Amino acid sequence: MTNSFHFSDPKRGKALADAIAILAPPDPFKIVHVCGTHEMSITRNGLRRFLPETVDLLEGPGCPVCVTPARDIDTAIAIARTGAILCTYGDMIRVPGSELSLDEARSEGCDIRTILSAADASAIARKSNHEVVFFAVGFETTAPMTAVILLDDPPSNLSVLASHKLIPPALVALLDLPDNRIGAYLAPGHVSTIIGTQPYEESLDGREIPVVIGGFEPLDVLYAIALILRQHRDGTPKVENGYPRAVDAEGNPAAKKLLDVVFEPVDANWRGIGVIRSSGLGLRQPFQRFDTRDRIPVEVPEGKDEVPGCRCPDVLTARAVPSDCPLFAARCTPLSPIGPCMVGSEGACSIWFRYGGERPL
Amino acid sequence: MSTSQKDMRITQLHGAGGELMAELLDRLILPRLGDASGMGAIGLRDLDDGATIPLPSEARGELVLTTDSHVVKPLFFPGGDIGRLAAAGTINDLAVMGARPIALTLAAIIEEGFPIAELERIVDSFAAALEEVGVPVVCGDTKVMPAGDVDGVVLNTAGLGIAKTAVSDAGLRLGDRVLLTGSIGDHGMALLAAREEFNLRTRLESDVAPIWPMIASLLESDVGDAVHAMKDPTRGGLAAAANEMARKSGTCIEIVESAIPIREPVRGLSELLGISPLEVANEGKAIVVVAAGAADEALRVLRAHPLGAEAAIVGTVTDEYPKRVILGTEVGGRRFLDMPLGDPVPRIC
Repeated sequence: MTNSFHFSDPKRGKALADAIAILAPPDPFKIVHVCGTHEMSITRNGLRRFLPETVDLLEGPGCPVCVTPARDIDTAIAIARTGAILCTYGDMIRVPGSELSLDEARSEGCDIRTILSAADASAIARKSNHEVVFFAVGFETTAPMTAVILLDDPPSNLSVLASHKLIPPALVALLDLPDNRIGAYLAPGHVSTIIGTQPYEESLDGREIPVVIGGFEPLDVLYAIALILRQHRDGTPKVENGYPRAVDAEGNPAAKKLLDVVFEPVDANWRGIGVIRSSGLGLRQPFQRFDTRDRIPVEVPEGKDEVPGCRCPDVLTARAVPSDCPLFAARCTPLSPIGPCMVGSEGACSIWFRYGGERPL
Repeated sequence: MSTSQKDMRITQLHGAGGELMAELLDRLILPRLGDASGMGAIGLRDLDDGATIPLPSEARGELVLTTDSHVVKPLFFPGGDIGRLAAAGTINDLAVMGARPIALTLAAIIEEGFPIAELERIVDSFAAALEEVGVPVVCGDTKVMPAGDVDGVVLNTAGLGIAKTAVSDAGLRLGDRVLLTGSIGDHGMALLAAREEFNLRTRLESDVAPIWPMIASLLESDVGDAVHAMKDPTRGGLAAAANEMARKSGTCIEIVESAIPIREPVRGLSELLGISPLEVANEGKAIVVVAAGAADEALRVLRAHPLGAEAAIVGTVTDEYPKRVILGTEVGGRRFLDMPLGDPVPRIC
C-alpha cells in the first residue's frame, strides 16, 4: 500500500478501463496470453471485469509444467529408479505422467527432491556420490539458469534432463491449429526480458496479428490490452512493447548468449499440442556428457498425455476455458487433479479454481 | 537432572512416571508456570489427577471451554515459539468467543532426545504469554515418545473462560461492518521466511500474542453490545475465516482489498513466493463484525489498544452472494475470495 507507484492504482485503472471501453471491437475478438503469471494477475485482480463483452482473454500454453509431455515425466521416473537423485522445480512434482507422478514415484522410494534454483542441483551434486539429475523445465526465463550451471565447472556426477521450451514457435503453432480464431497475443513480459522483440517478429512474420508484450501488475495488463485493441481498431498489427520498463527490444544479450552457447533448438513435444518444430532446447555437442539421456539411458515407451474426459488439451491451446471442462471443480480439483492444468500452479484450471475465475462478477 | 548442563536431553525415563519424571516436573516445569497453587482446593502444585476451579461468582454468563493441539515448524521462529503460540492460540480462541480466560491446561508430548534447554525456553515462553493476561495453568501432563515418533515437541492445551454473552462466529447481520484488529499475514509469512530451504533474511516477525486485553476493552466499551461476531483468522488466514463466517451465517462478506492492513515485508514476500497473505495464518488478530452504526467507535476503541493500533474497517456484510466472500481488488476488479485449499506452497516460475 505504500509503493512509490501504485501498480494497482484505481484511478489509473479507471482511465484504462475507459480507454478499453472506447476501443471495444464490434465483433468477437479473442486475445490469448501464454503465461501463468498473466493468468494469475488477471484472475486475482478480477481484470476480466474490465473487458468489453466482445473480448475474450484466454490462457494458452502458459504453464511450463503443464506442457511437459508425460513421456518426459516417465523418463525422469525411470532415471530416478536407477538410483540417481532427481532434482526438479516444485511445480513438476505432482504432474501426472503416463502412470505415475514424480510425487508417487517418491513415495515408492525414489530420491526426488524439490529445488528452488538450478544452482541447488549443482550444490546437491557436489555433496553427493550419487548421480544427480536436474530435470530442467521452463521457458526462456528459466533456461539461462540451466545454462549457467553447465558453464560453471559442473560436478562430474551432475547431468541435465532438458525439457525446456520456447514461446515464439508455440505462438505460431497455435495459429495453425484448426478453429482457434486467435485475434491477438498478449506476450509474456518475463520471457521477453530475455528474448526481446525480434523472435516474435521473425516467428510471426506475415501473420498480421497484434502481439503486445505485457507486464504483470494489473495496470500493466490493462495497458497491454488497450494497446492490442488499438492495433486491432487501426488495422496495424505488429509486435509492440507494452512493458518497456523491463523489456528491451534486444532482450538480455548476456542471457541470450548463455542460451546460445549451451543449447540448440530441437523439435519438442508439447503436451496437448504435439510436436512443434524447433520449439525445445537440446544440449550442444560440448555439453553432451552432461546430457542425462546419454549418461543414464533408459527405455521409455510412448507417453499417455491425455486423460479421457479432460479438456486440458483444449485449455492449453486456448480453445476452451477451464469451466468448459465437465471435470473442472467437480471431479478435478487441485487436491485431486486429473489433468496437468489443475496441477501446475501456473495452470489455468488451478488458477481459476483458487481465485474464482469461472464466475465473472 | 541438572539444568545447568546445557546439553542435557530428554530421555524415555523422563516420561516413565518415576523419579526422573518427578524431577523434570519439579525442577523444570512447575517453577516456570508461575503460582502453581491453583484457583481452588486442588491446583497444579498438587500434581493430582485433576484441578478444581471454584464456581464463578458472576451471576450470569456461560462457561466457555476450548482445546487445541499445537505443532509448528520451526519450533522457534522470529517473534515467538511453540510455547507462546500455544498460550496465545488458546486464549484467543476464548477471546473471540467473548470469554475472559480463567484457566488453562498444558500437556506436552516430547520427543526422546529433545534438548532440555529448549524445553525450558518453551515453558518459559508459554508462562510469559499467560502472565500477559494473568491466567494460571491449573493442570498438565507430560509424555515422552521414542525418537522419530513425534517431531520435537507437541503441546496440547485446554482453556476455560467465562463469557457474559458468548459471541459466535455466525452472528453476522446484513449491513454490519467487518473490522480487522491489525495487519494480516505476519505469522504465516514469518514462518515461511524462517524455513531454511528458502534461505531468506527478512525482518518479518510473527504477530503471535494473546489478544484478550484488546478484545476485553472492546466488549466493555459502549459499543460492546454491537459486536455481532468474532473469529481469529488462524490457519487458512483471512480467506478461510471470512468464508467460514459467511457460510455459517448465510451472508455475503464484501472485503475491500486496499483497506486490508498488510505490512510491506509481508506483501513483498507474498509476491516472491506466490502465496497470498490472505491465506496464511495470523496468531494475534481477530475479525470483528459490528453493527454499522458502531463501526467507527469500535475502530477507535481497538486502535486505542497497542495490539489494535493498525485496526481497520475492511468490509461489509451484504446479501449479494450468500455464503460467499467477494474481494473488491485494488485496481477496481472484483472476484470471489474462496476458501484456501490447504497449506500454501510456493510457486515456481
